Amino acid sequence: MKIIVLVKEVPDTYGDRKLNLETGLADREASEAVIDEIGERALELALTHADANDGTEITVLSLAPEGATARIRKGLAMGAGSAIHVSDEALRGADLGLTAETLAAAIRRVEFDLVITGNVSTDGSGGMIPAMLAELLDVPLATGLSSVAISDGAVSGTRRVESGVQKVSANLPAVISITEALPGPRFPNFKGIMAAKKKPLEMLTLADLGITADNPDAARSIMLTVAEKPPRAAGVKIIDEGDAGEKLADFLVENRLA
Amino acid sequence: MTEFPSDAILVVVETGASGELEKAAPGLFGAAAAVGTPIALVLASPGAGSAAAAEAAALGARRVLIAETPDPSVLGVPSVDALAAAVEQVQPDAILISQSLNGRDLAGRYAARSRAAVSVDAVGVSRDDEGVVAHHSVYGGAYDVTSTSTFGAPVITVRQGSIEARATAQPQDSETLTVPPSGKRAARIDSFDEAVVATSRPELRGAAKVVAGGRGLGSEEQFALVGQLADALGAAVGASRAAVDAGYIPTAHQVGQTGVSVSPQLYVALGISGAIQHRAGMQTAKMIVAINKDGDAPIFEVADFGVVGDVFKVVPQLISALEARKK
Repeated sequence: MKIIVLVKEVPDTYGDRKLNLETGLADREASEAVIDEIGERALELALTHADANDGTEITVLSLAPEGATARIRKGLAMGAGSAIHVSDEALRGADLGLTAETLAAAIRRVEFDLVITGNVSTDGSGGMIPAMLAELLDVPLATGLSSVAISDGAVSGTRRVESGVQKVSANLPAVISITEALPGPRFPNFKGIMAAKKKPLEMLTLADLGITADNPDAARSIMLTVAEKPPRAAGVKIIDEGDAGEKLADFLVENRLA
Repeated sequence: MTEFPSDAILVVVETGASGELEKAAPGLFGAAAAVGTPIALVLASPGAGSAAAAEAAALGARRVLIAETPDPSVLGVPSVDALAAAVEQVQPDAILISQSLNGRDLAGRYAARSRAAVSVDAVGVSRDDEGVVAHHSVYGGAYDVTSTSTFGAPVITVRQGSIEARATAQPQDSETLTVPPSGKRAARIDSFDEAVVATSRPELRGAAKVVAGGRGLGSEEQFALVGQLADALGAAVGASRAAVDAGYIPTAHQVGQTGVSVSPQLYVALGISGAIQHRAGMQTAKMIVAINKDGDAPIFEVADFGVVGDVFKVVPQLISALEARKK
């Protein structure tokens, strides 16, 4: 079975994340870049399957600036067999549509049985790439899975929606996305890190994929304005002297919140 | 068939397990009415269409297109086919969909199919000379961003619970939409368990009030205090990642960067230190109250009303004070 896992380089949520107020793009200097944790969980799912099933091939795929190769290599160190890094100056500020077209083109170049992604990234929080990929690749889509079973030719799992929980399944090839309910990622060990250096990592550009960033037939989402919100100011802070509960009740009632 | 208004905003809403419209529906129609004429596409389970259409009209839909799922076991694709058919007829200025799991799938698949632009996770919409503009609150509310489409109607997904505006009720004017199936491959829904409403507490996402607990609650048993205050306030229950990791409460309650983002009228943080990742999921709340025994906890930097004290003393007193004031 061939599994492709999408990983994304994002600004570390433990640091200050900044947008460039002139370009509207993420200020990559402002914070450390890391692989989004949900993508690592997606990879963990694939690795767990590979541990129990010989002949499982795992490729990590990422669309990211040139400098992201080191982060993508972490996926190889965790245990993926190969990596594809799509990078192109023309992808700077790419919207979801262009991102999905590019990823779909990269996926089409290799055979696959299953594409696994995280449900939403911590930076864009759109959660739409899996759906776009499924449509472009014309394969079934099962998103937001909080448990997953992969078998020969099919994938199934549980999917929480507003009114309840669905049990869903799809024939392979398919695209799935997973939630944080799935197990966290393993740490790369020394052997994995050394092995990663010898594993194939393919660099691709838009030209390699036959994609033009400024295709006039596709509408693109553009950012019109970006502004920094003034930081939220702290209000009153009292130290409990035995009556803080009463005072807080007064405050809530005065503000019509109780 | 009569023409659709030239300033039509297509609002896509789906029905839940009992045939009722999704919870985000009132906000979606409220947002649409502020920038144009709301036209509804109701994605209904078989037989639920006309009741849902009446509900949509009451929420402000000038006209309603009903698409009942031909086969409810097919996941997602019939909704995309219905949206494609509805857009063809209505020719809207924008398409509004909830940023729910199903809404994201629908918007993503439709946008990829029609090569439309998407504006995701909007917290508001407005209109300028060129068309409909989406407003976003990004990086946990640190930045305000606006976006739109280079051409054509933007597909805008709207964050649940972010729109307070409501539209005026309209007389019902509905019709059944003919949907040509695309035949795109889909996953199957093999079974469905309706959410058992064990409590009368509101759902976290989109709740007007949230009471959240952190590691400071100390144990799963003591975390019950969070629920008690939530019930006294009619609030939903949330939690920090630390509390979830410690096993006090299931992941579904996690508020923050990697959990649910909330923008309630009131957010009460109990025993939560307020790591930046947690604040990213709640600092757009209108009013923030924090109780923590550590006076230096970062949560106080964003709290409108902070109490440095023991949650196990302050909260029970608060609950009885609230009950006393209700009498």
